[in-house]
Amino acid sequence: MWAMVCGFAGYRGASMMRCELAVSFAGPLVSYQDRGRPGLARYGVPGSGGMDTRALKVANAALGNDLSACGVEVSLGGLQVDCVAGAVSFAVAGGGFQVVLGGVTLGPWTVATLRQGQRLSIRGGAWGSWAMLALAGNVVGKEWLGSMATHAQSGFGAGMIATGARIIVENPEVRDGRAADLALPGWAMPTGRIRVVMGPQERFFDAAVLQRFLGEGFRLSAAYDRMGVRLKGPELLVNSALDMPSEPVLRGSVQVAGDGVATVLLADHQTTGGYPKIATVIGPDLDALVQKRSGDALGFTAISGEEAVLAARQAAAELRDYLAIVSAPRGSLAERLMRANLISGVFGEG
Amino acid sequence: MIVQDFPRFRAVADRAVLVEFGERIGPEIQAQVLALDRKLAVKPVVGMAEVVPAYAALLISFDPETADHAAVISDVRGLLREPDTAQVAGRVHDIAVCYDDDLGSDLSTVANLTGIGKEAVIAAHLAGSYQVAMYGFAPGCAYLAGVPGALHLPRKPAAVRDVPGGRVIIAGGQCIVTTLKMPTGWWVIGASKAPILRDNPVRPFLFDVGDGVRFRRVSRGQYDAL
Repeated sequence: MWAMVCGFAGYRGASMMRCELAVSFAGPLVSYQDRGRPGLARYGVPGSGGMDTRALKVANAALGNDLSACGVEVSLGGLQVDCVAGAVSFAVAGGGFQVVLGGVTLGPWTVATLRQGQRLSIRGGAWGSWAMLALAGNVVGKEWLGSMATHAQSGFGAGMIATGARIIVENPEVRDGRAADLALPGWAMPTGRIRVVMGPQERFFDAAVLQRFLGEGFRLSAAYDRMGVRLKGPELLVNSALDMPSEPVLRGSVQVAGDGVATVLLADHQTTGGYPKIATVIGPDLDALVQKRSGDALGFTAISGEEAVLAARQAAAELRDYLAIVSAPRGSLAERLMRANLISGVFGEG
Repeated sequence: MIVQDFPRFRAVADRAVLVEFGERIGPEIQAQVLALDRKLAVKPVVGMAEVVPAYAALLISFDPETADHAAVISDVRGLLREPDTAQVAGRVHDIAVCYDDDLGSDLSTVANLTGIGKEAVIAAHLAGSYQVAMYGFAPGCAYLAGVPGALHLPRKPAAVRDVPGGRVIIAGGQCIVTTLKMPTGWWVIGASKAPILRDNPVRPFLFDVGDGVRFRRVSRGQYDAL
């Protein structure tokens, strides 16, 4: 009876509780992001959402959240928060960042709990440009068109996070049973080759220029934000006057401006553009691309549309498998032992 | 044998097909884009994620787990053969514009460059019959085709920063009512308080592609009272 009352009181207490994180440092381009706003490109609304789309799903799955719940996207500039009220479990995934909780260094992809008085810092580590911090509870922020994802240009959505801000989590939960470092999947780290399907406006380029695009290497320039990344590499001059009507573009479009410089369009890209797209990065390679840093080398490999679809299906299956593994709660040591006994019991009966 | 160049289908990455109806801007090409857009709204192809119409082409995104380029192209070919029975008469929006100098900061320059004088610029802009051709630039920024020939000017040589939202801007045959502060090289000829961003997920913006637009002149007093 006492336990029941206590449990009830605990539940009531939790429902009214908030966890407050004081942002003692935030680098540029740290923002609230969720799955974004798909389906509104016809109105000029960019998809936005996490730069590394798989990182958001992994962090939320490992924490037991809805896969598209809003989290905090941390740029290479880093984020440091102090928990000033309450406690909340969190997960970090995406990139190889340095995650330090209360002075203890955790793995780059991890689930742990941040308690009042503790400091969590997420800083650029061995590799990667973007990490996603998911929180167990309702992150408070403004929605726009059904999503809290921040559109950097307009500030619509829950917004950018600057030093001095507060991150508020309503109904925060402590899920210590999920605490663990996650094993990084094979696809987490970026490779030097990025697969593209050529076009749809490769007609604006001579065969020699198309060959240079595929045969020579590029580097990411410092002009890299949520709208896109400008590349350094061979000059890709167009073969005729640029008089094409503006056409819809996709995340991953490699757009070439009149100066022959290529830009890969990313999460917050404008929905239409009047420059020719020499090629388009396939969906499964976009997360690897955004985890590269300014100065990193990359090269493009052309594949057919059919091959691209197969690659997307394979990547989706791999992600599903990985999410299934990380979303299974580990439980406390006692619970893990009990589960092991149950499993052996089932085997014994079989 | 007649070689038909268009429509042309282009596989885009792992998840989209670009249907091109031409390589230039024109009402006949735009009409074909809008007709396919209407058909897809009624009969979406299998796996369709979203459709983005533009001047001369339409992008169909799909889920690569349930569709592929060939299936989408085959379905679209079927739709193109069907008659366009969808309701063609789009809405026509009445948009109030104030052309006072401080709001239409480029009006005098446009009057000089076109050589027709300020009042004639305003009259020509009001006489135009516009159609929402596509969106671009920023959320809610609709490209309105139909600026009368007398007002066709190339863009400014360099973009001007921080043009506020709610400005009526023109370049070439296009007109936009801006929704957010942004840099632009287009000519600012007036201002409107039309509620284009509606923050309503069911119908988030005032216009849809294909809608008609007429401009109506209001005085500064009427504009301020809006």
